[in-house]
Amino acid sequence: MLKIKVLIGILLLQSSFLLSAAIDVYQFDDPEKEQRFQKLAFELRCPKCQNQNIADSNAEIAKDLRTKIQQMLIAEKSDTEIVDYMVERYGDFVLYEPRVKPQTYLLWYGPGLFLVLGLIAVVLIIRNRNKAYDKTNEQKASLSDSEAKALHDLLEMKQGKN
Amino acid sequence: MPRLLLFIPLLLFIILGGFLWKGLSIDPRELPSALLDKPFPEFTLATLQEPERIVSKQDFIGQPVLVNVWATWCPSCRQEHRQLLAIAQSGKIPVIGLNYKDERDLAIEWLQQLGNPYQFNIYDAEGMLGLDLGVYGAPETYLLDAQGIIRHRHVGVLTAEVWQELQLIIKGWDSVKN
Amino acid sequence: MIPEIGEFALIIALFLSAVLALVPMYGAVVDKELWMSYARPLAKGQFLFVLISFLCLGYAFSQDDFSVIYVAQHSNSQMPMQFKLSAIWGGHEGSLLLWAFILSGWTLAVSLFSRTLPLDMLARVLSVMGIVATGFISFLLITSSPFLRYLPRFPEDGADLNPLLQDFGLIVHPPMLYMGYVGFSVAFAFAIAALLSGRLDTAWARWSRPWTNIAWAFLGLGITLGSWWAYYELGWGGWWFWDPVENASLMPWLVGTALVHSLAVTEKRGVFKSWTLLLAIFAFSLSLLGTFLVRSGVLTSVHAFASDPERGFFILMLLAITMGGSLTLYAFKAPNVKSESNFSWLSREVLLLVNNVFLTVMAFTVLLGTLYPLLIDALGMGKISVGPPYFNAVFVPIMSIMSIAMGVSIAVRWRETSAKLVLDKLWLPAVISILCALVFPIFYGSGFDFRVFIGISVSLWIISTVITEFIGKFRNTQSLSTKLKQLSFSYYGMMLAHIGVAVTAIGITLVSSYSEERDMRMAKGDSVELAGYQFTFHGTHIVTGPNYMADQATIEVTEDGKAVVTLHPEKRRYNVKRNMMTEADIDAGLFRDLYVALGEPLNNGEAWAVRVHYKPYVRWLWLGGILMALGGLVTVADKRYRKQSGQQELTNA
Repeated sequence: MLKIKVLIGILLLQSSFLLSAAIDVYQFDDPEKEQRFQKLAFELRCPKCQNQNIADSNAEIAKDLRTKIQQMLIAEKSDTEIVDYMVERYGDFVLYEPRVKPQTYLLWYGPGLFLVLGLIAVVLIIRNRNKAYDKTNEQKASLSDSEAKALHDLLEMKQGKN
Repeated sequence: MPRLLLFIPLLLFIILGGFLWKGLSIDPRELPSALLDKPFPEFTLATLQEPERIVSKQDFIGQPVLVNVWATWCPSCRQEHRQLLAIAQSGKIPVIGLNYKDERDLAIEWLQQLGNPYQFNIYDAEGMLGLDLGVYGAPETYLLDAQGIIRHRHVGVLTAEVWQELQLIIKGWDSVKN
Repeated sequence: MIPEIGEFALIIALFLSAVLALVPMYGAVVDKELWMSYARPLAKGQFLFVLISFLCLGYAFSQDDFSVIYVAQHSNSQMPMQFKLSAIWGGHEGSLLLWAFILSGWTLAVSLFSRTLPLDMLARVLSVMGIVATGFISFLLITSSPFLRYLPRFPEDGADLNPLLQDFGLIVHPPMLYMGYVGFSVAFAFAIAALLSGRLDTAWARWSRPWTNIAWAFLGLGITLGSWWAYYELGWGGWWFWDPVENASLMPWLVGTALVHSLAVTEKRGVFKSWTLLLAIFAFSLSLLGTFLVRSGVLTSVHAFASDPERGFFILMLLAITMGGSLTLYAFKAPNVKSESNFSWLSREVLLLVNNVFLTVMAFTVLLGTLYPLLIDALGMGKISVGPPYFNAVFVPIMSIMSIAMGVSIAVRWRETSAKLVLDKLWLPAVISILCALVFPIFYGSGFDFRVFIGISVSLWIISTVITEFIGKFRNTQSLSTKLKQLSFSYYGMMLAHIGVAVTAIGITLVSSYSEERDMRMAKGDSVELAGYQFTFHGTHIVTGPNYMADQATIEVTEDGKAVVTLHPEKRRYNVKRNMMTEADIDAGLFRDLYVALGEPLNNGEAWAVRVHYKPYVRWLWLGGILMALGGLVTVADKRYRKQSGQQELTNA
């Protein structure tokens, strides 16, 4: 019973973060800065929410982080500096684009690698099939006349069925 | 050889299954502090109850402390308050409060009503110290060692079990010292 | 009383599905016709009782029976009736009941529409579906029953459904999605039946195809609906977030697409049988994996139904049994599959195999990205996030390359084609696509844009190759109409679906590159300019809905002084949950959407934060999805699947 109340409570709390889009007004004189702001807010994750970037989230912490980004942009900090600032305090978790380091090599290079491996596999498979088909053709040539006729009859019957 | 290849999907699934099973016992929303084993950030802020008194890191470095992030708008903070009072009374470790993005009057009233376990409260109205600390919601509790290095962070209500855990960590330092 | 009947009906259904899982399968193994013939009636019985259970839950919702915990959690007396009913699947337990209901529906359909199927095959197929049903119904009864009660004291009124869900989207999106997820169980059942019986000839592929195509179409439609719903409901104009729950639906769709193509090759040419079997197993496994991911709490998501590791464990067991069992069966039985024909390097077979590789890699990429944070965490290497920047960077290039292969494959024949023939057919579409793509961004946008070039050239390539091939069919015919009638529904379906892909690609490219948005502080009379339109804010007034109150803004949109539309975005406060929700207003157009949403009131309501979007070609995204689904459904009308007379004796032999 308590578990259910807790569950409802959690749902209520969480849903309050979902319900309104985060539409605040952040003024920038420079359209380039505004673009950078949007890009950064899109790529940084809200540390508290259920998988939202800080642009979309209405949570307090997301608002604070957006304000901080705005301040840092106005203070002429570079994108890298801003991102590093966030990672220093919240860890890699806050990056939606994982950094390329040994832990993420599989992530970044895996798909390309598997694509190449898959295509190589296709090449090998087709080559093997062609070899096997040629071999059975050779074998067919070495059948005796009666065997060849029997094979021929069997094949005809099978084709008739299909 | 081709026969063995056919077992690869099964093998991959077993590995995947293993990870998923392990995943069931992990909470994906629990974030470890990015500042673990790093010094507590520098700051200069006023205290909650005495707005003229400015405090900084120096005011609590020198011994292990607990820094507790709390606010009146946080319902769980109310839940852990009793445990904090107990810790303060036991005298084992001083508790410093970080009043996070709160209203001064409400916070002072709260402490008057429920009791004050804190040696003093840092009044972080804008949340900027919280940001430097990597706070993402209240309540959070940080365990600092005597040099002001963050050794542990607990997110959520400070329960008796968590306090046991913290005590074990502190005891570990004492034994190293001796 | 009614909820208890619902629970009891479910228990009966469980027994029926368990018997269905065992008896006909046993009958197939020992070749006893009587036992096998139980399959059909058991399927009907299972459906009947799950239906009763489903109706009981619906009744509880419609009567505001808040003594039922699930109803109290997800409903409220003030809610409009259509949402009360769709709230049946608004939460974890009820959506599982929907799953079970749709599963028993598909099982019934297979039992009804399979007169050409030999009895032992039908018995095995229905038994496998019975196994899946047993798993899900027992999951329902043991861990997630929607019929539990709050007794003796129950709330006077319910907690209300999350306002975001009180929308048309909830009525259509989950059922469509589940039709797809569950529909893949049919392809899965056919594959398992084929492996078990050793009947690995192409007849199996022919039987599977219509079921698979329908399931694929529904899943695609469900995903399209979900994207559209998120777009207008969530208020920030996004349409895909690479969220784990979204990915959970995309993965089976990608593998399903590979399966649809692979089945075609297997049916027509008798090749790639092992691969097709594996794909059928994968597609359904991914459906189950998706079910696991969104309910176990293993991943964080805005869409997550439940975060209950206990339930997660149960689903993991289900997954282990189905996937583990089927993959083991595959490993032992697949070598018995023999290929029936041969083909050269430049042939449709090869290109479809390449297509399969691409689609599988794409599905794998999505899986890798979705699970990577879990992987890293489980290995104790910390917490990372993998989000849209990663997926967009990795997924889009692979998709683009595959689209090139798509165009080529249409021109290539079965078995072998001369390179010269292919080049003859393809040079013109290639030139047209590249030229148009070079020119388009210059005229439409502000100059050359590489991303737009790639997106447009690839989409035009797909469309022009399809059209070229289509026109080529009429070259030697006298009568247009006879030729049109001669072309099979399969072919028309293929054309529709491929064009659908191109349309979606165009939509994605253009909306990603050319959409504009502004967040503005607007007071009465303020105006903002965006993409050639002027948006003027004329203040707000209060409106009342059935279970909410709202501030409704009036925003007049003009273009060069001429009135275009007046939009009324709202900021709603729902009476029960007391949360604020923004309801955007959109002027939808084929070539652009104008999207306005209200943010927070500023200065005590004297001004508002307003977000204004210009979204070009965004509807093409979903139009393409609809075309794809339509294409899938059209192929099923093909007369191959309706011819029942002569085939019966042959296939029963």
